[in-house]
Amino acid sequence: MPLLTVNDLTTHFHTRAGVVKAVDGVSFSVDQGQTLAIVGESGSGKSVACYSLLKLIPQPPGKIESGTALFDGRDLLSLSEKQLRKVRGNDIAIIFQDPMTSLNPYLTVGEQLIEPLLYHRDMARKQALQRAVEILGEVGIVEPEKRVHSYPHEFSGGMRQRVMIAMALIAEPKLLICDEPTTALDVTIQAQILKLIRELQQRRNIAVIFITHDLAVVADIADTVAVMKEGRIVEQGSVDAIFNHTQHDYTKKLLASIPKGAKPIPARIEDQPLLSIHGLSTTFRDHSGSFLKREQKLVRAVDDVSLDIQHGEILGLVGESGSGKSTLGRSILGLVPTSGGSVVFDGIDLTGMSGKQMTPLRRRMQMIFQDPYASLNPRMTVFDALAEPLLYHKLATRKTVTKEVLALMDDVGLARASIRKYPHEFSGGQRQRIAVGRAIATKPELVIADEPVSALDVTIQAQILKLILQLVEKHNLTMLFISHDLSVVRYMSDRIAVMHHGKLVETGETETLFAQPQHDYTRQLLSAIPLLDGPIAVMV
Amino acid sequence: MGRFILSRLLQAIPVLLVVITATFFLVRAAPGGPFSAEKIVPPEVVKALEARYKLDQPMWQQYFSYLNDLAHGEFGPSFRYPGRSVNELILGGLPTTAELAFYAMLVAIFIGACAGVMAALKPNTPQDYIPMSAAMLGICMPSFLMGPLLVLIFGVWLEWLPVSGWGDLPGDKILPAITLGTGYAAYIARLSRGGMLEVMSQDYIRTARAKGLPEWVVVLKHGLRGGLIPVVAFLGPAFAGLLSGSFVVETIFQIPGLGRFYVQAAFNRDYTMILGTTVFFAALIVLFNLLSDIIAVWINPKLRHQLREGR
Repeated sequence: MPLLTVNDLTTHFHTRAGVVKAVDGVSFSVDQGQTLAIVGESGSGKSVACYSLLKLIPQPPGKIESGTALFDGRDLLSLSEKQLRKVRGNDIAIIFQDPMTSLNPYLTVGEQLIEPLLYHRDMARKQALQRAVEILGEVGIVEPEKRVHSYPHEFSGGMRQRVMIAMALIAEPKLLICDEPTTALDVTIQAQILKLIRELQQRRNIAVIFITHDLAVVADIADTVAVMKEGRIVEQGSVDAIFNHTQHDYTKKLLASIPKGAKPIPARIEDQPLLSIHGLSTTFRDHSGSFLKREQKLVRAVDDVSLDIQHGEILGLVGESGSGKSTLGRSILGLVPTSGGSVVFDGIDLTGMSGKQMTPLRRRMQMIFQDPYASLNPRMTVFDALAEPLLYHKLATRKTVTKEVLALMDDVGLARASIRKYPHEFSGGQRQRIAVGRAIATKPELVIADEPVSALDVTIQAQILKLILQLVEKHNLTMLFISHDLSVVRYMSDRIAVMHHGKLVETGETETLFAQPQHDYTRQLLSAIPLLDGPIAVMV
Repeated sequence: MGRFILSRLLQAIPVLLVVITATFFLVRAAPGGPFSAEKIVPPEVVKALEARYKLDQPMWQQYFSYLNDLAHGEFGPSFRYPGRSVNELILGGLPTTAELAFYAMLVAIFIGACAGVMAALKPNTPQDYIPMSAAMLGICMPSFLMGPLLVLIFGVWLEWLPVSGWGDLPGDKILPAITLGTGYAAYIARLSRGGMLEVMSQDYIRTARAKGLPEWVVVLKHGLRGGLIPVVAFLGPAFAGLLSGSFVVETIFQIPGLGRFYVQAAFNRDYTMILGTTVFFAALIVLFNLLSDIIAVWINPKLRHQLREGR
């Protein structure tokens, strides 16, 4: 008998704009010791479905309209708030997506860890703290006796997620709901966390519901898969059935949008560097250390990097966060002061140029930023955002600017009718189209794209990546493509450069690098991605 | 932390100097003087008085000798209470005013925080609208209206509480404390509502609920600390404001506190008394701002950490 059987669950949100059917008649079940993955894009209702089980959705506007959820012989949906409280954190625990915001910054992790024991087990504080130390050790926190008294901000993102896992498991629940537990983390850390969840699950023989948008992760850990779209489950079955005998078109689309595979070296590349970097270094001052013995440590964010980018080439730059890859991109454009080395763009040495001298060159070098929400001015319409660079660099006059902007919007696939709209009226993918449009407005030769798709859903990612590739072809662009996502970089780049601790550790043709990584760190990076082998290799 | 406090204290010096200078010249610029009363005093006497209080010296000389006195902690002699120094007068009135301000503060925090938190827990319902409308009313209503109104209702009509006085009757501290505290209670209510609303929508509140904690633990343990940070930052300036703003209430309720000396000093052109109280209050405001900043750092582990690291 399954541990949890959900039948015809329906949750609606009653907003001023009308009723949103977030979850619309969903049924699924999970057995003890098994993992059910619920896959879907953001907004597909996968999180709402799981939060509804514990009534953790905001009510109002949310309302559970109908359905049953049999857990251990009881219907969760008909329990009173008081009875449900005994289930939360005790029988069913949740690991949330963002470990940075899901821990209370004002309480020590120990204090937060022991709460389920205090309220569900009536355990004494001292014993509970002892248990907290044990479980912190179990999830791989070093020196747990000391760390139990630390505050969340003293932990890194990966470590905080380990704390969240410890907190979920401390009362030994029967069912663990993991809501995108690795989305906010780096690839290497993602692999560690997934491994940890899997190990703990096997050791305790608990059931897991794993909510994710990442199909690659699903292949790694799930027994059964449910694919959700617009509040409904469109397909469910075993991992093998989903990946190898795909029924529904949407699932096929999801599978196809995982960036992967090799591609031939395109003809657009000329054997002549557009950008040459030689011995480039960028250092930041780090003001850590006690205040009496203040050491002004210099952090070498970019450390003696030399690199050529050929005309028409897409060079992928990979590394974990903090490896200096973004700083390198900014250093090239002179957006951060460099401390040594030279940057030569099309034969012009940019080192030590004044802002005024840089102005005409800025037109030829543009940047696409990571976050399409933060990098667009919320008070400028699409027209304003796209017209500004055109007018500033005198590429259009007041009279011709509207025509130019419309042409740009066609280029990046934005509907002409939305020219007077503001950024908040667009989805994340459309906003990134605006950002791309703004970057190519000045007809640049070099575009530096800094994690342009990491804030987007997979299917949207694929669209934006395709758009960028088209534009590279059409406008003969040269691109430095910065990303932490190896499959994205592999899809985009002709050549890949790997950065680690500010140093360039390896560069190579994309497929050569994937097949025969030379440097230890590259190997480590490659082994960390949940690669699509096994069942999915068929799809490639 | 030590460096932070030191630098804030050093910043206070120019602030106080500006206050002293402005007040010093402004009171002297006002028409009339301490000895120009209705009663005609013989010119010789005025001259003797002015010589005694150094008023016959050039203005700049008076200014620097006053600064010199201040540097030694002396506010000088009072012009209108012969034989008594401003120091004595301030110290005499301060305990009463401080006591009143303290009670008013308790009233303000208790009513304000309760109303604000209540409103934040059920936003956009009557539980939110009613306390918040009352708060708006409280902010708008000046104490010279609030005081007599309360006296009228509770003192005259209902005869529950004494209408004025201080320290003679058991209930005579209630009305002044409420009158003085209401405006601040209203302000604290709005601040704590805003703070709590923001905190209660945080992910970590959802985490706390997902652990199966009772709602009161979620609110009081996980919500309150973050939600009241804006209130704590306001407490310092508020307390200083209560001390220096108490003169209206002290006048209404006939309370022998510092505020009444202050008002009388202004009417009497008691230069040293005006200056002394102004400088004293300015120093208090600076001090309490610093105190509330220190507390704000202390309850926020992240800031505490950053300061310890010397950042």
